[in-house]
Amino acid sequence: MFESCGCKTMGSTNSTLLKIPNAEELMQETGFSASHIVRLYDRFTSLDKEGRGYLCPQDFGAIKELAINPIRDRIIGAFFSPGKETADFQTFVRILAHFRPVDKDRTKEPEPINSRSNKLRYKDGNISREELLKVLRDMLGMQVTEEQLESIADRTIQEADLDRDGAISFEEFRKVSLEKVNIDHKMSIRFLR
Amino acid sequence: MSVQQMKWSTMESYLFPFDSLICMLLGISFTVWFTLLLVFIIVPAILGVSFGIRRLYMKSLIKLFEWATLRMERGAKEKNQHLYKPYSNGIIAKEPMSLEQEIQEMRREGAEPEFDMSDIFYFCRRGVESIVDDEVTKRFTAEELESWNLLTRSNYNFHHISTRLTALWGAGVLIRYGFLLPLRVTLAFTGVGLLVVLSSIIGLFPSGRIKNYVSDKVHLIENKPRNGGICVANHTSPIDVIILASDGCYAMVGQVHGGLMGVIQRAMVKACPHIWFERSEVKDRHLVAKRLSDHVADESKLPILIFPEGTCINNTSVMMFKKGSFEIGCTVYPVAIKYDPRFGDAFWNSSKFGMVNYLLHMMSSWAIVCSVWYLPPMSRREDEDAVQFANRVKAAIARKGGLADLLWDGGLKRDKVKEVFKEEQQKLYSKVLVGSSEDRSRS
Repeated sequence: MFESCGCKTMGSTNSTLLKIPNAEELMQETGFSASHIVRLYDRFTSLDKEGRGYLCPQDFGAIKELAINPIRDRIIGAFFSPGKETADFQTFVRILAHFRPVDKDRTKEPEPINSRSNKLRYKDGNISREELLKVLRDMLGMQVTEEQLESIADRTIQEADLDRDGAISFEEFRKVSLEKVNIDHKMSIRFLR
Repeated sequence: MSVQQMKWSTMESYLFPFDSLICMLLGISFTVWFTLLLVFIIVPAILGVSFGIRRLYMKSLIKLFEWATLRMERGAKEKNQHLYKPYSNGIIAKEPMSLEQEIQEMRREGAEPEFDMSDIFYFCRRGVESIVDDEVTKRFTAEELESWNLLTRSNYNFHHISTRLTALWGAGVLIRYGFLLPLRVTLAFTGVGLLVVLSSIIGLFPSGRIKNYVSDKVHLIENKPRNGGICVANHTSPIDVIILASDGCYAMVGQVHGGLMGVIQRAMVKACPHIWFERSEVKDRHLVAKRLSDHVADESKLPILIFPEGTCINNTSVMMFKKGSFEIGCTVYPVAIKYDPRFGDAFWNSSKFGMVNYLLHMMSSWAIVCSVWYLPPMSRREDEDAVQFANRVKAAIARKGGLADLLWDGGLKRDKVKEVFKEEQQKLYSKVLVGSSEDRSRS
C-alpha cells in the first residue's frame, strides 16, 4: 500500500519496455538504445503529470528551463503536428531522435536541419520575411528597435535568398547554415550511454 | 434446556480464564514495551546519553544493502541483461558554456558577429535539452540511489530479485512494519504528549524534545547559533526542525496552525518565545521584518530558525534563498543539513504525499540519518546587498553539504516561471548582436 505509492514510475528495463507500446519499432526507427527509451519514457511520464498517456502544450510549458527560452513556443510547437493538441510517446521520441548525433549512415544527415527549419517554416514550406521577423522578435524581445530588427531580417534574406523569390526555401537554408556551422555538432544532444 | 444452559456455562467458564489470561498478557506486554521505550529511548534522549545501538544498526544495514545490490547484479548477469542503473547525472551531457561563448564559437573565425540563421540552433538545442532533462524538475522528486535499500519504493529492478533477496525483503517488511513502525508511532505519541504536558508545567525550561530514530553526526559545534542571531538552513523535510531543535533551542517562525500543530505551537510558546504569525500578517513583509528584528534585538531571546528556501527541496541541491531574513542585519549562522539517502528518504514531496502518508513513510523506513554542519557565522558586508548576501550564505551551505548550488526559486515547485527570466536571455543575446554592431559602426 504505502510501498507502492512511491514506485509508480519505476520498473526494470524489461518490464518497462513491455509497457511501452511499439518499443522495438521505435528503437529501430530512431536508433535509441533500450535504456534510452526507458529513460525517455520515465521523462515522458514525469512530464505527463496527470497520467493521461499524452502530452499537451501546457505540460511542456511547465518545464522551467524551457520557459525562459525565447523561442520556447516554436520548440513546443514542433512536437505537435498541425491541428493536433496532443503528443504521444511515439511522437515525443521521434522528434527527439532528430537531435541524436549522426551515425555513420549518412542518410540521417538532414535530420537536425529538418527539425530546425520546421521551427521556422511557414505554411508553404518557405521562410518568409514576416516569419523571420517574428523569430527575431522572439529572440531579441524588447531589447532592439523595430528598425534594427528589419535591417537584420533584410540582410539575412539578402545573404540567403539565392533565387531572389523573397523567401528562404529549405534548400537555401541548408546551404547557408552548412557553410558556417557544423550542424551535427551544434544541433545534437549528447545522450549518455 | 438445562443441558444447554449447562453447556453454555461450561463454555463460558472455559472462556473466562482464557479471556483474563489474554488481558493479563496484553497488560504485561504493554507495560514491558512501555518501560523499554522509556528506558532505552526517551530518558537517554533527554539526558543526552547514547548506547551505541544506532551505530551498530547502521553499519549492519549498509552491509546488507551492498550484499543485496550484488545479488541483484549477479542475477542480472545470469540473465544477460543490464541492471537499470539510475543515472544520477541525467540522461544527457549538457554544455556548460554560456550563451555568449556558444554563439561566438558557432561563427567562423574572424567573422562579424551579426545575426546568423544558425544562432537559432543554439536556442533550439538548449530548448530540447531542457525538455529531455532539466535542473529544476528533478529537484522536487526523491533522489535516486545507487544501491537498493530493501524498500520497494526505491527499487527499479523487480525483475532481478532472487528468492533469497525476496525473503530478506519480506523479513525487512516485517521488521519495519511490525516492530519499527509501532515503536515509532508510540514514541511519537508519547513524545508529543510529554511535550504538551511538560511544557505546560515547566514554564521556563526547554521542554522534553521529541527525539526519535534520528541519529545525527554533528560537526563543528563551536559555531552553534547564539542569542541575537538568525539561524538559516536548507530545507528538506519537517524533520529538519526536529533535528535542529534537539540540538539547541531555537525560536521558530511560522504560521499559526489549527489542530494538533496548533496545540503544539501554543505549548511551545509557553516554554520559550516563538514567533507565530497569523495568516494575514504573513503577507505584510514589513510587519514580519519588524517582528523578526525586534526579536533579534532582544539578547535574551533565542536565535531564530528560518528556512529561506521557503519549501522542501529533495536534498540534492540548495535553491534560491528569499532575501527577507537577510535584510534584518544581524549575524547569520548558516547550518547545512544533508540526509544520507541509503537508509530512508526524508524528502517530503508535499504535492504528492500528504502529511500522514509522509509520516508513515518516515516511520517505516530503516532509519533517517543526517549530517548537520554548523558553519561559522556570517554578516552582511558593506558592499553587498541582501540578495548577494543571501547568495553568499547559500553557496557556503551548498559547499559544505555537498549539494548543488542553484539559482532557481524553490517556489517553482508550484508556480510558473516569471517572464523576466526569459527577458534576461533575450537581453544577453541582443548584447552579443547589437553590441558588436556598435563596434562596427564606430570603426
